[in-house]
Amino acid sequence: MRVKRSDIVQNKYLLIGGILTGLFILVALLGQIWTPYSVTQMDPLSTNLAPCLAHPMGTDNFGRDVLSRVMNGCGTTLWVALATVLIGGIVGTVIGALTGYFGGWLDTVLMRICDIILSFPSVLLALLFISLLGTGTDNMILALGILFIPSFARIVRGEVMRCLELDFVRSAKVMGVRPLRLIFVHILPNTLVSLLTTAAIAFNNAVLAEASMSYLGLGLQPPLPSLGRMLSEAQGYLLTAPWYAIAPGVVIVLIILGFSMLSEGLRNWRP
Amino acid sequence: MQYIVKKIITLIITLLLITLLTFTAFAVIPSDAAQARLGTEATPQQVEALREEMGLNDPVLQRYGNWLTGALQGDFGQSYQYDGVQVSDMLAERLPTTALLAGLSFLLILVISLPLGILCARFRGSFLDGLITQLTQITMAIPSFFLGILLTYIFGLVLRLFQPGAFVAPTENLGQSLYYLLFPALAVAIPKIAMVVKFLRGAILGEIQLDYVRTARSKGNREGRVLYVHVLRNAFLPVLTFLALIIADIMAGSIVVEQVFSVPGIGRLLITAISGRDYPVVQAVVTYITVIVLGVNFLVDMLYPLIDPRMRSAYAGPSRRQL
Repeated sequence: MRVKRSDIVQNKYLLIGGILTGLFILVALLGQIWTPYSVTQMDPLSTNLAPCLAHPMGTDNFGRDVLSRVMNGCGTTLWVALATVLIGGIVGTVIGALTGYFGGWLDTVLMRICDIILSFPSVLLALLFISLLGTGTDNMILALGILFIPSFARIVRGEVMRCLELDFVRSAKVMGVRPLRLIFVHILPNTLVSLLTTAAIAFNNAVLAEASMSYLGLGLQPPLPSLGRMLSEAQGYLLTAPWYAIAPGVVIVLIILGFSMLSEGLRNWRP
Repeated sequence: MQYIVKKIITLIITLLLITLLTFTAFAVIPSDAAQARLGTEATPQQVEALREEMGLNDPVLQRYGNWLTGALQGDFGQSYQYDGVQVSDMLAERLPTTALLAGLSFLLILVISLPLGILCARFRGSFLDGLITQLTQITMAIPSFFLGILLTYIFGLVLRLFQPGAFVAPTENLGQSLYYLLFPALAVAIPKIAMVVKFLRGAILGEIQLDYVRTARSKGNREGRVLYVHVLRNAFLPVLTFLALIIADIMAGSIVVEQVFSVPGIGRLLITAISGRDYPVVQAVVTYITVIVLGVNFLVDMLYPLIDPRMRSAYAGPSRRQL
């Protein structure tokens, strides 16, 4: 009885997370081809307008439509998150698979490095990278991507080591399947669920890190909108135009909520 | 004893490696500190003279050695950005503020999350448990800087409980300083509280299914005693490791939140130093954070055998066991 009830709760997580994430991706894509108003067009006659029919999220201090900027900003967030997770995911998976399979001193050293990197919060390390590479979106993607390598490597390594004990892998090995083929064809497809869970968490962290960095002014440069930067600009107008801060903030929360629920749902998902 | 010595040696080596790595990284990037300090109008001879004086022409390892001997005596060199200002002075000036903020955040996390987590596990499946679980799921998704903006708006601008931006240094008036810091501390703490509640609840529930708990119950112990005396001690082990991670997270969170509430702490120092390419300052802050993160992990490693007798003999490594 209990198990059943919790099953439904987990499925709900997957469902709500999936819907939120799907919506986010749709809005982000739409924001790249169409927005209700121009993203950078300023209008001195309609600054700091409260939300109304013409501007559902109001306008900012330059009279730009907040909804349009949020939609376009979602695109930046999606792009940064996708690129960083891809870099971290691919490199991390390869490193984790190889070290998990072959072991040895390289495995020990690499995992020790992963331990150290993982004990530092990603925003902090990203800041360090940015100070080395300079500000800007590309550098941020590179920095965050590198930082996500350890978490993927660790998970994949563990999964590969677990799979090595399984019968079908053993028999494949006995049949003379070469190591690389064994890793990438026989073992990796079995790690898909944990890989997806890790990816969802990584997306979650990437969105958070991108927003934080842009808020600090170290990410995307103006006048292009980014959710974090909008928040930092809105802070000066909190008294006169609170919606300007609330709109991008709530959108960030919904995006992160979507990814975290997705990972929560995936973790307990048994296909 | 061997365990402690081994841990201390690892700690020192890791510390040396990280500082060496960051130092080399800052040394090889193509940006000339001497040129930056003199401005564009300086003659090449002047720049060359200053480079020599600043020791920028020496090999990296030698410079690292010099930096390390200085750092061990609390001397982190001079700021590039502000002429003639000692980095250690800049750090010392901001340290109390950041320490207060971090301490206050950690206190809030402990005081709120531990009872809540235990409460959830004690009444698992109840309405209260469900409510708190849903709440933690949502609060975990709120970035601390957005939370900070919301708190500024609600408590600072609408309710007027504090004046945003009017921070008083702790050396001037400790009470007022603490009162102001309460709001940024809340912004840092709330998402972390949610994480700890969730983690603690999960740890207790994982533990409660084990055989020894059934034994304790069948011996006639009441549920409360089973939970507080038997289960908590074991459930707290992974939580301890998690709290070490949380402390590192507090450091990161306070960097951004200091910016939101314009609190002049280490975080703001780091941001201005990064924007101004003030590498000695960045290096010093990185070292400071590294020391804290590694120190906390070291402390947890030391506490582990004290709490768990099994760890005293066969040591398997706490972080590895978890995965």
